[in-house]
Amino acid sequence: MSDTFDQSATDLPLSESLDQFATRLLVEGAGGQLAADLERWSERAAASVSPQLARLAAELAETAHTAGEGAEDCLRAGIARLQQELAAETQPTSPPVPNSLAQDPELIGDFILESREHLASIESQVLVLEQNPADLEAIHSVFRGFHTIKGLAGFLDLPVIQEVAHEVESLLDQARNGKLALTPAVVDVVLEGADYLKNAVSAVEASLTGKVPPPVAAHQDLVARIHRAAAGESVAAEGPDETAAAPQPTSSASQSPQGNKAAGTFSVRVETGKLDYLMDMVGEMVIAQSLIRHNPALGSIRDARLQADLAQLARSTGEVQRTAMGMRMIPIGQLFQRTARLVRDLARKLGRPVELETRGEETELDKTIAEELADPLLHMVRNSIDHGIEPPEVRAAAGKNPTARVRLAAYHQGGQIVVEIADDGRGLDREKILAKARERGLIEPGAQLSENEIFHLIFEPGFSTADRITDISGRGVGMDVVRRQVQKLRGRIEVQSKAGEGSAFFLKVPLTLAIIEGLVVMVGVHRYIVPIFAVREMFRLAPGAVSGIPGGEEMVLVRGCLLPLVRLYRRFGVQPRSEDPYESLLVVAECEGKQFCLLVDELAGKQEVVIKSLGESLKNIPGIAGGAILGDGRVGLILDVDGVFRGDRRE
Amino acid sequence: MPSIATVAEDKSPAARSDERAGKYLVFHLGHEEFGIRVLKVREIMGVQDITAVPQTPAHVKGVINLRGKVIPVVDLRLKFGLPEQEYTQRTCIIVVQVQGEATSMLMGIVVDGVAEVLNLAAADIEDTPDFGKGVATPYLLGMAKIKGKVKILLDIDQVMTSQELHGLDTLMQ
Repeated sequence: MSDTFDQSATDLPLSESLDQFATRLLVEGAGGQLAADLERWSERAAASVSPQLARLAAELAETAHTAGEGAEDCLRAGIARLQQELAAETQPTSPPVPNSLAQDPELIGDFILESREHLASIESQVLVLEQNPADLEAIHSVFRGFHTIKGLAGFLDLPVIQEVAHEVESLLDQARNGKLALTPAVVDVVLEGADYLKNAVSAVEASLTGKVPPPVAAHQDLVARIHRAAAGESVAAEGPDETAAAPQPTSSASQSPQGNKAAGTFSVRVETGKLDYLMDMVGEMVIAQSLIRHNPALGSIRDARLQADLAQLARSTGEVQRTAMGMRMIPIGQLFQRTARLVRDLARKLGRPVELETRGEETELDKTIAEELADPLLHMVRNSIDHGIEPPEVRAAAGKNPTARVRLAAYHQGGQIVVEIADDGRGLDREKILAKARERGLIEPGAQLSENEIFHLIFEPGFSTADRITDISGRGVGMDVVRRQVQKLRGRIEVQSKAGEGSAFFLKVPLTLAIIEGLVVMVGVHRYIVPIFAVREMFRLAPGAVSGIPGGEEMVLVRGCLLPLVRLYRRFGVQPRSEDPYESLLVVAECEGKQFCLLVDELAGKQEVVIKSLGESLKNIPGIAGGAILGDGRVGLILDVDGVFRGDRRE
Repeated sequence: MPSIATVAEDKSPAARSDERAGKYLVFHLGHEEFGIRVLKVREIMGVQDITAVPQTPAHVKGVINLRGKVIPVVDLRLKFGLPEQEYTQRTCIIVVQVQGEATSMLMGIVVDGVAEVLNLAAADIEDTPDFGKGVATPYLLGMAKIKGKVKILLDIDQVMTSQELHGLDTLMQ
């Protein structure tokens, strides 16, 4: 192992080697290979930069050799000095120092990506740390994150980012050495630093892409606060009553293994374009495989070997396809981590102690869905804490644990992923919702609604039962956005609630947007795919079930309900096999809560298909959601059921 | 020396010819021959099953599966207002890379048949004649005269992205 370290240390640029030494000093201590490496570094420095630097490094190597008590601190200071000297040395002499962002956009792009990853892991680790301030692994991890960002920023000449990262790093260094207690106040400052860096990185990204960068607040203020935290807390270390006074949000231990697991797995970043191409090609391979397998010429060959090989090919292609599909999947844990931060901040702000419990972080879903789900999830959690959970006094009075629980869970169910957001707060107030809905004219005064229907009223635009508007929630925007977003993902929301005991929201979304399960239906020679989530039932019509109404519209009586009839062939202007509805098949489809009947010739099968865009020029065709390549290699069109229905009305 | 420079500047059409010089794929459509830049062509295939897409203009024949990608196919005859014709053995789909306003995409164009690839020098290319009537023909790059035959050079980006093609009927008569 030390061999590989040596190798990389020799090949790396001088400054990066130094960064690596600093990290190794943290992880491994002063012993081991460090002295030898410093010597080598000194030789390289002598050859390429300046003899003065080389001398410094040689002295340090000496210290490392003798490695006594306190050598570590000495070395750390020495390496920091070397870093500064090296920066000072190389800055004016080496001409290609990129002082303008445009000079190496690729490098900056890498920096942005890498910093964001570090910041995300910093955030989750800081929260772990707050629970368990003695968790050395977490401190190191946070420290390393800031340290790397500092190093990168220094390399790319981004002084503000470098300075803030440096200050936070110094603060953490104190904490690591036991000179500073990690009180919530310190954690706040660290998180603030992380937030600042997040904004600064976004600003860098904006200026890189030529957009106007969002204003980034002056960093001096923050730096001063970091200094105050460093100084103030070390004085007040003997009186930790401040910690006790602040309501402490607690988080279940399930978080830290997640963090460690993320650190242990290696990953490669791949352009989505390449993945899409791979998916395309794998799809083609599966089709070719199936065409070969079902070729009648092969069927006449009675050769056991050939049949076995073909079966093996089918298995392998199937496996390749599954793997290719799986590559887009990420564990939902990353999403939960973001929520953990929000829960902490809200709990502190509102003075309501909240315990967050997360389950099923390893559940995988498509990255695009995970991204689209992030905002709704934050909204729901915010709502749970702000509206759902009572203040601690009220909870205590009701005989509940003053510390509220918010539960985030994810699991697979029937080809979907279910994300559950549950709290043990006051629950949804039926009467209040009903009163509000009547006031807003959302329901008829005398309407009878099922419990479920009442709960779903909270997703109506502009609906809010909060008596006051806070800066957290209560403006009545949010839940309707949540529903729209979830519907956009072809998912739905379910609500369970019991007064006084809490409420639970279930976001049910498909595992991936790339694949859809559909019924392949025929109209004449044309094949269309009806997404299965939009299909309620299908059957052949009993004679006399269709009744025409003036104006050319038709209705069908289905289970006592009159539903509008849409003849797909008329809608699409194609030639059906038969125009007689009693010889055709009826598909009862549902869109946005409305049901209607779709008349098609017959059902050709049920199939999982990969959704493909029809391209820029054909993207807004009413009634068509996209294309899919069917088993024979030809293209079938996926119906946009809602579009089919609305289009019919319009004509 | 300076006088030569001014001469070159005066002959701006000739300067434009230079840009237009290069390799062209020549195909038949009715009685005419058309050329598109070879650089735009991704591949040429025989006519295969085209899935019709409802509610599209007649010239949009539908979509095909191009190695796992779904791409639209346009019948150039119909796009140019020529009478529809049965597809034959010679009918081809030329897959071209079209630069739209924001994105670049693959599209298939159905033509009567592919003839050859020609290397055109600047001297072979003439500007599109003025058809009068204030008709703008931005989709025409120019005309190439080879051995007494005229080949119409198309800017395929313009052809595929513009809704109406004015002036082509005049040209086709």
